[in-house]
Amino acid sequence: MYTNPQVIEFVTRHTVPVRVHARENHEAFAALGDRFDAHWTPTTLLVDAGGTERHRIEGFLPADQFLPQLALGVAKAAFARKDYAAAERLYRDVVDRYANSDAAPEAQYWAGVSRYRATNDAAALKDTAQAFAQRYKDSSWATKASVWK
Amino acid sequence: MPEEIRWGRDFETALRAAGDKLVLLDFSAAPM
Repeated sequence: MYTNPQVIEFVTRHTVPVRVHARENHEAFAALGDRFDAHWTPTTLLVDAGGTERHRIEGFLPADQFLPQLALGVAKAAFARKDYAAAERLYRDVVDRYANSDAAPEAQYWAGVSRYRATNDAAALKDTAQAFAQRYKDSSWATKASVWK
Repeated sequence: MPEEIRWGRDFETALRAAGDKLVLLDFSAAPM
């Protein structure tokens, strides 16, 4: 997945990449594994500059699923720093660009939450629930949004 | 744009360099 040109571009643009290898960097692998409770490979974490984990990807994913997960992590980081307008835009990018990915339903849910946080307008949640009737209606995120109807 | 990812090896150095970016921490056992 890290040989895919789009993944390389995304990783280079949005992250500072660090690799710890189970055998080649055993000491760092063990110490960071304990720190982040990561004891399986591949595990990919997106960590903010304060050292807080913002997203976790466990197990192999092909590039067309891995890339949306990275984008979801960047959106989560924006939400965590309470930049809700940016978070909504980033979550909607995941839905728009990677509509068929596993990350898309989760992104649609959090885009609605981000809009609600930014505007304090309950219509954001209602609209999101209605959007799930059109797309991703069988996802667990549609169930979670169903209370907003 | 680079043709491959330039992996760092030191997490703390990456955190200090991150700024507005996120640190991507990859736990790997793949052949290097």
